[in-house]
Amino acid sequence: MMRVQLTVNGERHEVEVEPRLLLVHLLRDVLRLTGTHIGCDTTHCGACTVLLEDRPVKSCTVFAVQANGKRLMTVEGLERNGTLHPIQEGFVQEHGLQCGYCTPGMMMTSYAFLKRTPNPSEDEIRHAISGNLCRCTGYVNIVKAVQYAAARLQEGGA
Amino acid sequence: MVPRTPPEVGGMGHSVKRKEDARFIRGKGTYVDDIQLPGMLYLDIVRSPLAHARITKIDTSKALAIPGVLAVITGADLAKYNLHWMPTLMSDTQMVLPVEKVMYQAQEVAAVLATDRYIAADGVDAVEVAYEPLPVVVDPIKALAPDAPVLRTDKTDKKDNHIWHWEWGDRAATDRAFAEADVTVRQDIYLPRIHVASIETCGCVAHFDRVADKLTVWMTTQAPHAIRTVFALVAGHVGLAEHKIRIISPDIGGGFGGKVPVYPGYVIAVAASVLTGKPVKWVEDRMENLQADSFARDYHMTCELAARKDGTLTALRIKTIADHGYADAAANPSKFPAGLFHICTGSYDFQAAHVEVDGVYTNKPPGGIAYRCSFRVTEAVHAIERMTDLMAHHLGMDPAEFRLKNFIRPEQFPYRSALGWEYDSGNYAAALRKAMDRIGYAELRREQAEKRQRGELMGIGISSFTEIVGAGPSKHFDILGLKMFDSAEIRVHPTGKVIARFGTRSQGQGHETTYAQIIAEELGIPVADIQVEEGDTDTAPYGLGTYASRSTPVAGAAGAMAARKIRDKARKIAAYLLEAAEDDLVWEPGRFSVAGAPHRFKTIQDIAFAAYTNHPQGMEAGLEAVSYYDPPNLTYPFGSYICVVDIDKGTGQVKVRRFVAVDDCGNIINPMIVEGQIHGGLTMGLAPALYEEIAYDENGNIQGGSFIDYLLPTAVETPRWETDKTTTPSPHHPLGAKGVGESATVGAPAAIANAVVDALWHLGVRHVDIPITPAKVWKLLREKGVSE
Amino acid sequence: MIPAAFEYHAPASLADAVKLLGQHGDEAKILSGGQSLIPLMKLRLATPRHVVDINGIAGLDYLKEEDGVLRIGALVREADLEDSEFIRARYPLLHDTSRVVADPLVRNLATVCGNLAHADPANDHPAAMLALGAEVVATGPRGERRIAITSFFTGPFATALRGDEVLTEVRVPVPLPRSGGAYLKLERKVGDFATAAVAVQVALDPAGTCVHAGVGLTNAGTVPIKARRAEGFLRGKPLDDATVRRAGELAAEEADPVDDVRGSAAYKRDLVRVLTARALRLAAGRAGAGR
Repeated sequence: MMRVQLTVNGERHEVEVEPRLLLVHLLRDVLRLTGTHIGCDTTHCGACTVLLEDRPVKSCTVFAVQANGKRLMTVEGLERNGTLHPIQEGFVQEHGLQCGYCTPGMMMTSYAFLKRTPNPSEDEIRHAISGNLCRCTGYVNIVKAVQYAAARLQEGGA
Repeated sequence: MVPRTPPEVGGMGHSVKRKEDARFIRGKGTYVDDIQLPGMLYLDIVRSPLAHARITKIDTSKALAIPGVLAVITGADLAKYNLHWMPTLMSDTQMVLPVEKVMYQAQEVAAVLATDRYIAADGVDAVEVAYEPLPVVVDPIKALAPDAPVLRTDKTDKKDNHIWHWEWGDRAATDRAFAEADVTVRQDIYLPRIHVASIETCGCVAHFDRVADKLTVWMTTQAPHAIRTVFALVAGHVGLAEHKIRIISPDIGGGFGGKVPVYPGYVIAVAASVLTGKPVKWVEDRMENLQADSFARDYHMTCELAARKDGTLTALRIKTIADHGYADAAANPSKFPAGLFHICTGSYDFQAAHVEVDGVYTNKPPGGIAYRCSFRVTEAVHAIERMTDLMAHHLGMDPAEFRLKNFIRPEQFPYRSALGWEYDSGNYAAALRKAMDRIGYAELRREQAEKRQRGELMGIGISSFTEIVGAGPSKHFDILGLKMFDSAEIRVHPTGKVIARFGTRSQGQGHETTYAQIIAEELGIPVADIQVEEGDTDTAPYGLGTYASRSTPVAGAAGAMAARKIRDKARKIAAYLLEAAEDDLVWEPGRFSVAGAPHRFKTIQDIAFAAYTNHPQGMEAGLEAVSYYDPPNLTYPFGSYICVVDIDKGTGQVKVRRFVAVDDCGNIINPMIVEGQIHGGLTMGLAPALYEEIAYDENGNIQGGSFIDYLLPTAVETPRWETDKTTTPSPHHPLGAKGVGESATVGAPAAIANAVVDALWHLGVRHVDIPITPAKVWKLLREKGVSE
Repeated sequence: MIPAAFEYHAPASLADAVKLLGQHGDEAKILSGGQSLIPLMKLRLATPRHVVDINGIAGLDYLKEEDGVLRIGALVREADLEDSEFIRARYPLLHDTSRVVADPLVRNLATVCGNLAHADPANDHPAAMLALGAEVVATGPRGERRIAITSFFTGPFATALRGDEVLTEVRVPVPLPRSGGAYLKLERKVGDFATAAVAVQVALDPAGTCVHAGVGLTNAGTVPIKARRAEGFLRGKPLDDATVRRAGELAAEEADPVDDVRGSAAYKRDLVRVLTARALRLAAGRAGAGR
């Protein structure tokens, strides 16, 4: 067992973990942050996307011990002081989700993408979310949700 | 349709934002794997590496030596309770765990119960199984050969691999029409095995409370009530009575048909919980999901069309071999082993038609379920829409003109098809013409001609599909004897707020919102004041569940009917309160007023309060109603899709440049949600058309058993869908609605396949089976001497 | 999918990492991006007893041109190349390649050096580095040694690295004047390995004659392939249509693919022909545009 210190959504945690524990299981089973999901075994679906030091990564393909001393953000960290982040608003307003299972990963990828690319083209959005699979929406409304959030952030929405 | 209610009420026709989104965007949904109970154990499954083999030994000693591994459950253990086999929804049988032999690669062989999911996985790794390989039967046509090994040796009377023969229609009339036809075309069409691959896999948490003697199962199921009854029937002999079983279907991460069947993992988890008295979690991983859960399709069809010289279609004939794997575990209504495949006359007015389907056993996982479609409707639509195109091209007619000539005309509805279905309503030409206008059909044909001169490959494909959904009338439709009604229970609280419960289960369709809109429409109570619940068998009324686009046609109708019962009672209360005769009251959404005196009115909220505080003597208090709705007919949504593809001569890659979808699902409850359903459905039409297939090699090894090779399209491959609609209400549905969740999945593959063949027709290509991969197109091009 | 248990090591220095590798030999695996290793461990196709995580070693994330060489440190992520305007402008072949490795999320962790060290013939950077004439730096107990990329890949998933060596840097010679490169990959969908892919790097003289050509092939054999005959044919010729077509044919002859789920050997061979010609046209255009 190894001692791991990490900050998730601004909160510090210290836990004992087996080295082989996957980050996604640390988040879900140990810290009980179940908004991050699991959809495949092979690093394809992106349902487990979280931010590791501001970069979106697939938390099923990172060992928890690798996050020692690191800063993480999960879907539970998007809402601040009762205010939704524009990306969350965008998914609701543009009907960017159906079953909701891929949604946290999609939003985390989009959140990080818009920080780097505040004024994206449709093509750039589609490439940015191409590591996240959605089986329900056909992506059209997810693209619109990201565009909605981009516009709101440009106005200084958050 | 102009909404009858204002936006703040939010009845039909309003794009109300979804109520369920609030939890999902915060990561606060509750899916099965999110449930964690104190003392919970984990189940993981040992699976067969071979497709057909006798099990000679299962050595559990190394696994049991691992600290934290509590038990290894085998078929022999379950056999003590006669739980090693279970019935399928089609009254066939399948193994929970094998005692003698395995019948497909990845079949469950044993289960490891441990204190932690990591330890359970180690246990699976440590179980040693010895196998003696048996001859593998992969090809269903070879499976029917006289010398093929008989697979189901458990059935002592079984001497071959043929499961059933089913046929429908007038064989003699069809043969006659073919004999008299000026022109006939014939084509073998294969619709391959695919998998729904919802992003959430299947799983459960089973918790048997020994003190309360009650089993609670949180389960990824689209049909919780039917599951409860099946559990009670299968396990009644070990003491599980139906009132002591509670199935909870929590938030479901996509279903699409894959969460209708009962999989062995659920049963083993339940058995493990009953035996240990502890909660047991089983959640399959993606590879297990793709390799062992029920597949869809796998239809080998030989299709023939007959027509007159002038392009009038006369007859249709289809013979099909249906590969069911080692058990018929389809999820069809009992009377229809090939589902509703006999919708295959499609949108066209045939004199005669005849279809035959033969079910066959092979060494593959059992199935087949739908892939986001009503029972076998995609197979039917693909056959007729490919064949229509083939005939049009064969006659040298434009495929659009050919369809317009042969459509069932609006004045023919209600229309009885050559295979006996009564289509409720339709205006097929209107939908196709709208799609042609929207995409600029004539201009595209000109562009195509120019490009062809330059040697560039561009194709335009049409699919004018008719669906059959909303199963179904109890006279013909049941699953394991359970009639396919559905239900709604509405309670109006004293302050005018509502809780409503339904027998279905949303898997992303947005029932919490659309059902509330139906009630808002009928009662004038704002959507915000209506809470919808589903999926808990202890609280919701009995229903058959959500699949086959039946939620709106059946449960939605039940909601409307229950609301109308409430309105009827509300009228009596209003008459009492207003001291007026019931017949003198006028209803408008949300209030009754006295005819000619509109200032004398009572709102539905006033009436609800009175129902508990001031109801007429002799009337029961309260304001609630239940409806079990038995639909008088199915509904027949339709649409016309047009697709433009460009083909790369060098690589064989097909790119969908544009795709216009005009859908008609009758009256619309929530336009935003309907459009979302169509976007998703189109993507699940694109996927099997170009990417997805579960293939097997000659040894029965799966070729698409993970997301490495089972190719779900991403946002990059998916085009920007263009949608539009026509509105032809269903005459028999209380709201005029028809259902829409699956139309696009049903209609889209044929449009894409037709576009590809259209691009290659002049080279001599007549057909391509889906998925139309670059490798397949490249081979066709090189065979025809085309290269870069 | 749960990996087997292992012992985790997070050395703070390269020397410590090398020492750990020396101690544990075949039972140790280096973890950098982890985007190939961890999936293999989850499938239990890889079950190392020791995992040596090099992410905590300072000073391995450099990406810089120095003394006529582009130096890419062991912890440079694919996304670093993808996001670099400098790489896009000066090393378009590398930029093209980094954009099609797996998917954007994987690229945030996956490293360029790991893509080489893993030596999957379906990985994308090996062909690119063959076309660019790169060399890799292996650091072991006796210090650094350089290995030409042409002798680095010794078999499927096998390299010239010794058990106690870490691939610490890949060195790409700075492009000649009027150079251009391109990487063209046919993948079934985003995130897939290549059905086949071709990397080319060319330099032209002022008259437009090809003075240098590198051609590397992905997933066209059991190891990444350097298409030497195509390269030789191109040198000294203007990159006109007939020349690039002929180079494509030669590259296809040098390919040695096998049938698999992505396509037949014949298909892959023909893809090499088509993609080589297309990549050369693109690269020549980029070279001509003054890059």
